[in-house]
Amino acid sequence: MKASAGGYARARDVRHALDLLAASDGMGRILAGGQSLVAAMNMRLSEGDMLVDISRIAGLSGVTDEGDVLRIGALTRHAEVGADPLIRAHIPLLAAAVDYIAHAAIRNRGTIGGALAHADPAAEFPACVLALGATLHAEGPDGTREIAAEDFFQDVFTTALAEDEILTGITIPKVEQGEAQVLEEVARRSGDYALTGMCLVKRGAGHRLTVFSVGPTPLLAQGAMTALDAGDIDGAVAALAEALDPPSDTQASAAYRKHLAEVLLRRAVARIGEQQV
Amino acid sequence: MTAAFSDKVDIELTVNGEPVEGRVPAGQHLVDFLRQTLGLTGAHASCEHGVCGACTLRVDGQAVRGCLMLAAQADGAEVWTVEGLTEQGSSRDLQQAFVARNALQCGFCTPGMIVAAEDLLARGGVPSRAEIREHLSGNYCRCTGYEAIVDAVEDVAQARAGKGTA
Repeated sequence: MKASAGGYARARDVRHALDLLAASDGMGRILAGGQSLVAAMNMRLSEGDMLVDISRIAGLSGVTDEGDVLRIGALTRHAEVGADPLIRAHIPLLAAAVDYIAHAAIRNRGTIGGALAHADPAAEFPACVLALGATLHAEGPDGTREIAAEDFFQDVFTTALAEDEILTGITIPKVEQGEAQVLEEVARRSGDYALTGMCLVKRGAGHRLTVFSVGPTPLLAQGAMTALDAGDIDGAVAALAEALDPPSDTQASAAYRKHLAEVLLRRAVARIGEQQV
Repeated sequence: MTAAFSDKVDIELTVNGEPVEGRVPAGQHLVDFLRQTLGLTGAHASCEHGVCGACTLRVDGQAVRGCLMLAAQADGAEVWTVEGLTEQGSSRDLQQAFVARNALQCGFCTPGMIVAAEDLLARGGVPSRAEIREHLSGNYCRCTGYEAIVDAVEDVAQARAGKGTA
């Protein structure tokens, strides 16, 4: 099928983009890398959008060292995230996640801000930033605000961003001495969306575990985290099973997703142990 | 429509080394512009949601999905299609290896395969067969079973690496 866009405008800067959104009569749609949006438009899942193309806004791309955290511009492309030396050194989970996202040609265009704002429940980056305790930075007509990852993902394709706001960047704490971060997922083919996936982070303050493709948003599995903090792996598996109520669809049944979550948790715990040796 | 938005967008870009101008519908993707307006039918529009890879193009030096990039977004870009790579001769060895190794039957996926494989080969060195498979995992072929395609890419990687050190 062919897309049916309502109109297109290229934003010069964030202020211009916000003005365009305000002028769009509620039909405004931010276009960044387009790797999900253009596909949705081609399938007519989205019609009549007033496209606000932010992909050329200078200053929304790239990685900056801000001391205890890295700031990643919303327009930083997946391939850049995967190759960036700062991210590889300080947020290994994010760099590792890139290998699981779609295919090389898509990673060359897709942006981390786009992936987070799109909030696909089967996508890797939302689960990563939730596990890492990231802060998302948004700008709107009334200025900027910070949104904790825990508050950002609200439902399928739904975030805490208001219609007149733009996601401009993400700050993520750098890995601590002795911290371990792993991502595990199962997909039928390389590059497919995960049937089930998870991110496990072990820090001085305790474990953080997120599971994706098991519900409308990535899940922060707090019961399992508490059990892992106590060194109780079987207890963590049981708590995770208790917390999960995944959907059945054409890709996998709910029972299979729950089974995968248990297997992946045990794998992730084993890999965390290896990283710390 | 509000005045700030346009349903037709004027673009200027370079396609296969030639300057091109166009006036494109806001929602038209790059492959339709190349095929329908410029008559460059090498890149194929197939699944149109980024899964099959038949539309793979080189834009500003990188392999991208032609169906997931709007023509309006290609304003100012440098675009190469399989026609340009063929004319330029830069992929001749890869194309000949595809023939020699029977790496195509119907040929529908081949232009995308060539562009995607060149994206990998441009990194230099000799990738493993697993790396070649991974890099081409977003390009579907329904004829060959992929083995011959991996053979062809591996042959060319080895030949180019040998040339580089000779």
